[in-house]
Amino acid sequence: MDNVRASGSTIWFRQNTGFAVIVVLFFVVYALYHLAHPKGFSSQVFIQNSNEVFGLAMVAMAQTVPVLMGGLDLSVGAVMTLVDCLASHLLEGSGWSLFWGIIVCLLAGTAAGLFNGIIVVYGRIQPIIATLATGAIYIGLALFLRPIPGGKINEDLNWSFTNSLGDAAETIGIFDDGKAAWFSPFAGLPTAFLLLVIVAIVVWVPFRRSVTGRTVYAIGSAEGAAYMSGLNINRAKLAAFTMAGLFSGIGGIFMAIQTSSGNADMPMAGSYTLSSIASVVIGGTSLLGGSGSAIGSIFGTLILRVISFNFRIFDIPPLLQPLFEGIVLLAAVSLGALSILRVKNQLELFR
Amino acid sequence: MSHSSSDDFLVMKGISKRYGGVHALQDVNFKCARGKIHAVLGENGAGKSTLIKIISGVVQPDQGIMTIEGKPALYTSPSAANDAGIVCIFQELSLMPDLTVADNISIANPPRKYGFIDQAAQIHRAEELLAEIGCEDVDPRLRIRDLPLSRRQMIEIAKALGKRPKVLILDEATSALTSGDVEKVYAMLARLKAEGVAILYISHRMHEIEALADDASVFRNGRHIESFAKGAKSNDEIVQLMIGREISAHFPPKPAARTTKPLLEIKNLSWENRLHNVSLSVGRGEIVGLGGLDGQGQKELLLSLFGVLKRVSGDVVIDGKPHKLTSPREAKAASPSIALVPEDRKTEGLMLPMSIAENLVIASLDDLSSGPFVDDAKVSDAVKSAIARLQIKIGSSDDAVSTLSGGNQQKVVIAKWLMTKPGIILLNDPTRGIDVGTKQEIYRLLRELADEGAAILFYSTDYDELIGSCDRVAILYDGRVVSELEGDRITEKNIIAASLNISAAGHTAGHERAHHG
Repeated sequence: MDNVRASGSTIWFRQNTGFAVIVVLFFVVYALYHLAHPKGFSSQVFIQNSNEVFGLAMVAMAQTVPVLMGGLDLSVGAVMTLVDCLASHLLEGSGWSLFWGIIVCLLAGTAAGLFNGIIVVYGRIQPIIATLATGAIYIGLALFLRPIPGGKINEDLNWSFTNSLGDAAETIGIFDDGKAAWFSPFAGLPTAFLLLVIVAIVVWVPFRRSVTGRTVYAIGSAEGAAYMSGLNINRAKLAAFTMAGLFSGIGGIFMAIQTSSGNADMPMAGSYTLSSIASVVIGGTSLLGGSGSAIGSIFGTLILRVISFNFRIFDIPPLLQPLFEGIVLLAAVSLGALSILRVKNQLELFR
Repeated sequence: MSHSSSDDFLVMKGISKRYGGVHALQDVNFKCARGKIHAVLGENGAGKSTLIKIISGVVQPDQGIMTIEGKPALYTSPSAANDAGIVCIFQELSLMPDLTVADNISIANPPRKYGFIDQAAQIHRAEELLAEIGCEDVDPRLRIRDLPLSRRQMIEIAKALGKRPKVLILDEATSALTSGDVEKVYAMLARLKAEGVAILYISHRMHEIEALADDASVFRNGRHIESFAKGAKSNDEIVQLMIGREISAHFPPKPAARTTKPLLEIKNLSWENRLHNVSLSVGRGEIVGLGGLDGQGQKELLLSLFGVLKRVSGDVVIDGKPHKLTSPREAKAASPSIALVPEDRKTEGLMLPMSIAENLVIASLDDLSSGPFVDDAKVSDAVKSAIARLQIKIGSSDDAVSTLSGGNQQKVVIAKWLMTKPGIILLNDPTRGIDVGTKQEIYRLLRELADEGAAILFYSTDYDELIGSCDRVAILYDGRVVSELEGDRITEKNIIAASLNISAAGHTAGHERAHHG
């Protein structure tokens, strides 16, 4: 081994090569998009993109946590849909009613996740099948809440969340209606973008640095070793699914605000779930668990979305889009599978 | 115990533990002292690992009490035992490969700041602990996955050290280390000893025990035989204490010694750090045993012959022709065909939910097909004759194989491989966990197969089996063949002596150290 230590960034890069590649790739392709766009690099385009990204980014973050633990949550899209329908009932008023409405929606998502966790931990059922079942239940509840699409969302809420920070400040009436001098550099940023950053910092980062978060990684890496190290396995599993519920719930609230309505759309829930898995994998998280992060999954989502942005702008036949997304997914998975070439006991491949 | 002298820090009284019908430990009385290194000796299945598991809270005894400083101290989980200062370094690593060295060392109780894990403090702590065992060169920010096995074992030791143990148990903890690291571990143990830690040391290396231990205890058949101070007994006497298992099975008579043409020749086989220049030959009609203590490379040798291991160096000559086998499929297709009865019948031997018949024919489907389709008539005939030949006790051959007893399951595995008409049969501890009756049937079957011309290479952890059923026994130690015993020289005493890599008993009394390499 070297006597000279590698620098922190060298080690980080070595351990996160896949993630780094994805980040660079995203920025390159996204820059290309803006260059080709007639209104490229404008706040308007940025806002539109952010709004399209936010929902899937939340569901992808949700999916990340069970995947890190070595499981899969097939109910993330359904939880999002359920909360979307609930929000379309609760977020019509104003003031405190709105505040409590959002709290109740967050709690509903969290509770749905916790329920998944309880079934997995105490029912000892594999996550994939447990969440397939609960996902159907959540869609059922969503259909009960919104048999046909409809509902209404407070208009100011809709306006503030789906436009720029300046528009939001003006609507709420803060920072001199968004015209304060110090605020002007940020006024053009999309609210959804800020919200994404906040969720990542306020929810994900603390979780990542908690003992429970660490335990989630440990379980995905080697569950037996985690148990033998005296870690609280059950608590971490419950937490993983609960986190997934919370993230999906945030996605659901945004979905309702964005569309100003609730819609118990089963195919959409399913497609969000599948895209969340793709995002997680593209973002460098191993489906076997143990390594990766929700930040990676955000970039996974960005990659998926930027592909569709470019399809629009470059006038490529949209029918080719699934083909492209599939190739990107395959490439990402192959990158993760390279380590198999190093295995010297072939029996280990089947364990 | 009110008169707790320094000599009985950890005391076990009347400890018994059964697994099914087998006594893993029986009425064991054992104690160890602070500030001393206590070696635990015994052959495979003597009860050493059950003893450790009970002390460290992994399993609970059926009977008996354990006290530390006179206070009751039986724990129901590894973490409870850890909290009480009992720390065990197991053979199987307890490290999480995707986490960093620093994460792993502090996994159970990381340093925290405002409730969150303090990365900087954690790295600092890891550096300190690594320095304590002379591993300053390991960067705590690296992932375990990226470290070689020998380094991982050192991390495991640093992790244990970080729990500030009062009782430290090392179970073959040095087996994967480089010689430089072994020195560092010795120095660390000396320091812990001076600090008053009670150290239990399980090792198969006699010279390590000679160098380190203050006291030693011998276990045999789940019983504690004797404890004594170092130097009170010669190696010869220690081997003698370890011998003496009751013979529990009868073996078919062996043919008179003869030389046969080798069918399988292994020349200078090496793999990773687990096999070193192994040379061995097995003749037509010969049963060759692989002996030695667990984990000395026997399994890897069998796996390499079956094409499972990649990048094996050395030559394998089958019936005069050199072969480079790279998969079990090729091994099966070789001429003569090779069969391996694997270590774990439940995962590598059988598809448990599938039926007995399906399991029996799974390795020989090519022979039992007409075109692309499996020929039901051929299958049914083959299944019937296999069941009859091995006298497998079944209800219907359509039952799931998981419904059978362990012994009958093992018969299915063996029968499945006999269907491929192998000329070379490799067996990895085939009688583990099965009843005496079935064992005897397997011994008889092996002899029959040998008489029909098969070359059999047979790894067993049971010395009686090696003595009773093998024409020749090769003892492995540290990935090397250290001794080949034949005829009358296949005795328990010789096997144990060779397994511990000490000079064969009877030559000189005691302290001679065997070297290899």
